[in-house]
Amino acid sequence: MNIIKFIESFTNEGTINSLQSKGSRRDSFAQFQKMGAAAAVAAVPFSALFTQKANAASAAFTTAADTPTSALQLALTLEYLEAEFYAMALDKNGFIPTADKNVIAQISKHESAHVKFLAAALKSDAPAKPTFDFTGGKGKGGGPFDPFNDYPTFLALSQAFEDTGVRAYKGQAGNLMSKPDLLQAALQIHSVEARHASEIRRMRGQKGWIIGNDRGGLPEAAQAVYNGEENTNQAGFNTANFPGSFNPTIPALAGSESFDEPITGDVAKTIAGLFIVG
Amino acid sequence: MKNSTVNVKEVSTPGLGNSRRNFLKISGLTLAGTGLLLAGCSSDDDSNGSNPDSNQLPGVRNGVFDLGGGDAGILTYAYALEQLEADFYTKVVNGNTFGSIFSSAEREILVDLYNHEVIHREFFKAALTGALGAEASTRLLPSLSFKYDSVSFGNRNQVLATAQALEDTGVSAYNGAGRFLQNPDYLLLAGKIVSVEARHAAAIRDLINPKSASFAGDDAVDGNGLDKAEKPSVIVPKVASLKFIQTPFTFQYLP
Repeated sequence: MNIIKFIESFTNEGTINSLQSKGSRRDSFAQFQKMGAAAAVAAVPFSALFTQKANAASAAFTTAADTPTSALQLALTLEYLEAEFYAMALDKNGFIPTADKNVIAQISKHESAHVKFLAAALKSDAPAKPTFDFTGGKGKGGGPFDPFNDYPTFLALSQAFEDTGVRAYKGQAGNLMSKPDLLQAALQIHSVEARHASEIRRMRGQKGWIIGNDRGGLPEAAQAVYNGEENTNQAGFNTANFPGSFNPTIPALAGSESFDEPITGDVAKTIAGLFIVG
Repeated sequence: MKNSTVNVKEVSTPGLGNSRRNFLKISGLTLAGTGLLLAGCSSDDDSNGSNPDSNQLPGVRNGVFDLGGGDAGILTYAYALEQLEADFYTKVVNGNTFGSIFSSAEREILVDLYNHEVIHREFFKAALTGALGAEASTRLLPSLSFKYDSVSFGNRNQVLATAQALEDTGVSAYNGAGRFLQNPDYLLLAGKIVSVEARHAAAIRDLINPKSASFAGDDAVDGNGLDKAEKPSVIVPKVASLKFIQTPFTFQYLP
């Protein structure tokens, strides 16, 4: 059904008048039931209007090829990585400054809980925990990072992992739509990772939100975590320049800050792969 | 429903015309302080989301704006929540003691929150206006009116506590609405926003309780490491109970 015709069918004078009349609710519902019959034919009414304006890249993040199981497997792999990362740091006597222990311990607690939750959801489809190399050397050791001897490096990697986690979960949400309970759980984990990211960023003297594709003082190797975050086109709406006058004025940079962007499973795996042996 | 009968008579009083603005003003006067039509209704009426219907578009029904059902209803619901947040932060950053009750670092955060929520609100307004097409003039949620009698904008603790409540509620609302969206593009857009709201929530909580676990406290995140997720018919009454929203609306067709 042509979407414009579908919407225009509601402009019929009689329909509008019946909505605003003193008529009984039953009469109004009868009108809506008729519209309901029409709506059923139109499938999802609004998507056609959005399609032409939608960010073309968005389709890549909801490919039908990915399944709920593969989405959760990716999530579990990332959670294994984070859980081990924080546990190792907390296990090292005197490494985390006392002032930061409450924060790191709370994050660690959550990541371990995420591992348990996702492993239980996946059952026999749960991948085994990988062996990690937190130097970032892809398992050969000797990579560029020394996170358990240099606290600023630990915080920097923590920020990278959390911001990556937020983007990765976001990228998988579409793959979970056929499993509403799992989709909801993934959203509930995703927002916790965002809380983590905000806190770690602010501990590092950054804003809690991502500005453009700025990697916030992280080494160049981490740029992949932030590429794409500069996007200011949200379904055709320009978040950096939109009509209206506001007091105070809204700066253009706030546009990219106000929306986080997904990454594909492949990009997430590439980032995580730096830290996975084999 | 008993209350709607009363409202229908109100809005059809002669001389008051039938423009949408008059409907809302009149409803606002008769229901001042209650915020929503729901207040005072019995629990088994159907203004409260017990009749989810994805075929219902947003619009005025019996003199009161209903958020509608399906994806349009969810987006309209999100628009309503973003209207509240944007309005709140607009008042915060324009408060005449803003500069004195908050440090410069805190002001930067609150101005960022203002920026983001205004952008979110304007995004939903544009998105819904586009999607509703010729029907936008009657089916786009109007600009709601707000009052904050319980909040002194010159009181740092009250402002931050209110900000926390709004941000945490936004997180729960988006998390709880996602499963009901049919269109994956809308799910992605909601996902892009909810993580920013969660970043906000963590920052505000940290301002209130610095360097503690509060940014993602056990009051917000459960034993599985999950944030809250509540459906629209749970969130809307919670928000109504804050008594900030002065414009009545219903949400009969949302889950």
